Amino acid sequence: MNGHDFSLAGAPLVALGSGALYWPAEGLLCISDLHLGKAERRARLGTGHLPPYETQDTLTRLEDDLHLTEATTVICLGDSFDDRAAAQALREEEKLWIAALQAGRRWVWIEGNHDPGPVELGGTHLAELPLPPLTFRHIARPGQSGEISGHYHPKTTLRTRGRAITRPAFLIDADRVIMPAYGTYTGGLRSDDRAFTGLMRDEAIAVLTGPVPHAVPLPRR
Amino acid sequence: MTTLPPLFTNWFAARGWHIHPHQQAMLDRADAPAQLLIAPTGGGKTLAGFLPTLVDLAESDHPGLHTLYISPLKALAADIKRNLTMPVSEMGLPIRIDDRTGDTPASRKKRQRADPPHILLTTPESLALLTSYEDAARTFAGLKRVVIDEIHALAESKRGDQLMLALSRLQALCPNLRRVGLSATVEDPAAIARLLACHPDPCDILQADPGPEPDIAMLTTEERPPWAGGGAAYAIPAVLEQVRRHRTTLIFHNTRAQAEIFFHNLWLANEESLPIGIHHGSLDRVQRERVEAAMQQGLLRAIVCTGSLDLGIDWGDVDLVIQVGAPKNVKRLVQRIGRANHNYNAPSKALLVPANRFEVVECQAALQAVRDHDLDGEPRGRGPQDVLCQHILIRACSGPFSASDLYAEVTTAGAYADLTREEFDACLDFCATGGYALKAYDQWQRLKQTDGLWHLRDPRSARLIRMNIGTIQDSDLLKVRMQRSRGGKPLGEVEEAFAASLTQGDTFLIGGEIVRYEGLREMTVEVSRDRGRQPKIAVFGGTKFATSTQLSQRILSLLNGGDWSALPAHTADWLRLQTEMSRLPKSGELLIESFPHEGREHACIYGFAGRNAQQTLGLILTKRMEELGLHPMGFVSTDYATLIWGLDPLTDPGPLFDMAALRDGLDRWLAGNQLMKRTFRASATIAGLIQRNTPSAKKSGRQATFSSDILYDTLAKYDPDHLLLQITRTEAMRGLIDFGRIEEMIARIDGRIDLLRLPRVTPFAAPLFLEQGRTPVEGAAQERLLAEETERLMAAAGLST
Repeated sequence: MNGHDFSLAGAPLVALGSGALYWPAEGLLCISDLHLGKAERRARLGTGHLPPYETQDTLTRLEDDLHLTEATTVICLGDSFDDRAAAQALREEEKLWIAALQAGRRWVWIEGNHDPGPVELGGTHLAELPLPPLTFRHIARPGQSGEISGHYHPKTTLRTRGRAITRPAFLIDADRVIMPAYGTYTGGLRSDDRAFTGLMRDEAIAVLTGPVPHAVPLPRR
Repeated sequence: MTTLPPLFTNWFAARGWHIHPHQQAMLDRADAPAQLLIAPTGGGKTLAGFLPTLVDLAESDHPGLHTLYISPLKALAADIKRNLTMPVSEMGLPIRIDDRTGDTPASRKKRQRADPPHILLTTPESLALLTSYEDAARTFAGLKRVVIDEIHALAESKRGDQLMLALSRLQALCPNLRRVGLSATVEDPAAIARLLACHPDPCDILQADPGPEPDIAMLTTEERPPWAGGGAAYAIPAVLEQVRRHRTTLIFHNTRAQAEIFFHNLWLANEESLPIGIHHGSLDRVQRERVEAAMQQGLLRAIVCTGSLDLGIDWGDVDLVIQVGAPKNVKRLVQRIGRANHNYNAPSKALLVPANRFEVVECQAALQAVRDHDLDGEPRGRGPQDVLCQHILIRACSGPFSASDLYAEVTTAGAYADLTREEFDACLDFCATGGYALKAYDQWQRLKQTDGLWHLRDPRSARLIRMNIGTIQDSDLLKVRMQRSRGGKPLGEVEEAFAASLTQGDTFLIGGEIVRYEGLREMTVEVSRDRGRQPKIAVFGGTKFATSTQLSQRILSLLNGGDWSALPAHTADWLRLQTEMSRLPKSGELLIESFPHEGREHACIYGFAGRNAQQTLGLILTKRMEELGLHPMGFVSTDYATLIWGLDPLTDPGPLFDMAALRDGLDRWLAGNQLMKRTFRASATIAGLIQRNTPSAKKSGRQATFSSDILYDTLAKYDPDHLLLQITRTEAMRGLIDFGRIEEMIARIDGRIDLLRLPRVTPFAAPLFLEQGRTPVEGAAQERLLAEETERLMAAAGLST
């Protein structure tokens, strides 16, 4: 499996190049910030007609990751839908597709700031999920440990021989993991942004997504 | 022959002027539906364009707008206002003149719409905005003439297309509208006439007396040019000597970065402290205006500049043009020279300064071409459809329309005369629903039909459309400011890619100052003043022209002609050195040099196809090399060669240049590359898929740009026949990709490839190492590099597993 192995609070985890997090011992796959239905929301708000394929694209990648890991538990770590109306406006085929992915699996939707409250799709809806030794929530809380969260859409730029390569990245230290955004059409926040300074330890690393994940010390300002 | 009214002849006489033949001719034919005047600077173009208007307004009352004047530059509109006000007030004519651009205060704009002046001076974008208002018909009621200045410049870009579409709207509102175009020297006046006319009306072409032949030569210098590089620093003493000998000298450069470096070095040698300024498109507007004002008052002895000064503002006392770096095409050079020496009857003076020894050959070829009156130029493509989409949206803002009527209207614009109804409908569908194969937006259409007429579904969306009118692309730029707690002095702009490569402490040049990078705050590059250090080179944006086909051919002939007597000794020496170490490229075959350098293998391919085609060649070849497992890492191109570097040497070029394979793979290979994505971003912005300006961005000052790369990838995967991808392909094939020239080159060499294996860099290949704009190859090599680098970093931080 193409992934970066590490452990958090003693739990062995794998950061996949696709942006998903895998917990082999639990057969658990975690993805964050899918923002499904972003194109529909934009059209509704009158800011333009983005190509309406992002849900299809995101679900395709998710399906690939599920086949790869054979995960039996899935945690969507918040902002799974761009807003609740977008969740309802998903096409029938897409809703059925989600249902198909959910079949035979424990599926948890963690609440995000874009999609607070339950949506009419299968699975469990929670504000956060403790699974000792780890806790899954949408936004990181300073001072916590064993925490997996999303929300910030972190990305990291690496300079090598005069070229700058920017990729969504996992931010990892001894206390927590901040997940990259998994959805198509998600932007990103630079990992040397001040928002991360208070959250991540000095020895934190960033794991760049891509065909092969690459780990680097977390770039600081 | 129309005689001027006595008021006018008296005014002319009082100034000691006579009416020029072309001014008289334009007056005689003022009723023609369209007239194109080709005249050099100082030839009384403005008056030629306006005389019919002034005469008409003098002889009869006219309520409201009579004549519209369009120029590419806001500054020019202001200039013309001044120039026109003079005769109008001196003759006591009751004519109101006003200008309207992005800089006009809102109160004045409001007044202009409510009570328009007789003559309105404006820009293409402001005109498009005016046509977008619901009361457009009232604003333009009574309009009789439109005068388009510097039409040759507008014709070269999408601004011209947007303008002519706006004109098609005006013509529908005012069927008797007459059009006038004012142009500099061009190679194909008929082409411009076709753009100007209301299809299928004819257009008169008038050629004014072109004036005396330009006085153009190569600058002779004590120092010899280096055999590589683009700075021309060697020529500075000679340039300063010329500046001393003339009133005002303009020193042109091909890129902004070169202008900055030259300006910096010029000042280091400027012992007499001659007042010399710098002007280019990345500098802050206030700075540019200061330089322009000083220039017009004759306070500057020289200005180091780029094409930013080509248009518009009066060159006043300029009596010498120096072109540093080989001119990429002859037409632009001739137009530029034509503006020097304001005095109509004295020859314009110009000197060419090659930056390196190869450029000496290029300059020599250019000199010959100028003397032969052999102007170059690419034929124009069809009307771009992204501009048409924006036009449809603008039209919708002003009121409901029928598709058939609008189709008939836009096809009166010359560039869109052959637009098919299907193509129009596809653009309309894009505007209405996004035009996707997947019908997802029926509920949220931007445009919808009611009783057979199309209109905005939500009238409030007009605001967003109006905020994004225009075709000028200035994305990827970040503002540069002096660091201060509350926003320091703005210096200009740099490319985002350049800013991303900076770390704190790096220094670069901007506006002639060396500044130190302090950090990035809110999409602004913050810097502090830094003295006395070697600056890093700034990579500015700006148009990159390719050496024209004609000029490239002349250069090859010159090289192989054997007669290098016209070339300076140092250049002939350099060519001889190239012949000894390798050999000279020849027209009927393709020379490839292969050599090692600094731990990498290099192949230099001398196609002479112009920089765009050479860049495409680099792309296609490196893709092929990647597939063949040759580990290419990157390439860079100039107008005459492409240099590819990688981990393995090139030993068998034959299969790489198989035309069938090249053509077959072109679509596939281009699918993911940066050129296409950049072109896509521009078209997507113009067509309205992505908005550059939004109300929230205006408030926060932050750009809310959606990543167009993701949109491109998504479309390529799920909707490959989408309108925007078709537009991108067409644009890219013509412009940046220039595949036609690769085909021409391959046909020319007909399989004759000469691969030379050499022990080191050759004189001809050396300049490519200093070229900006290296394109990295994303492939196995990149992953390998990333792996190396991350290992190194982790080890250094003590974090290796």
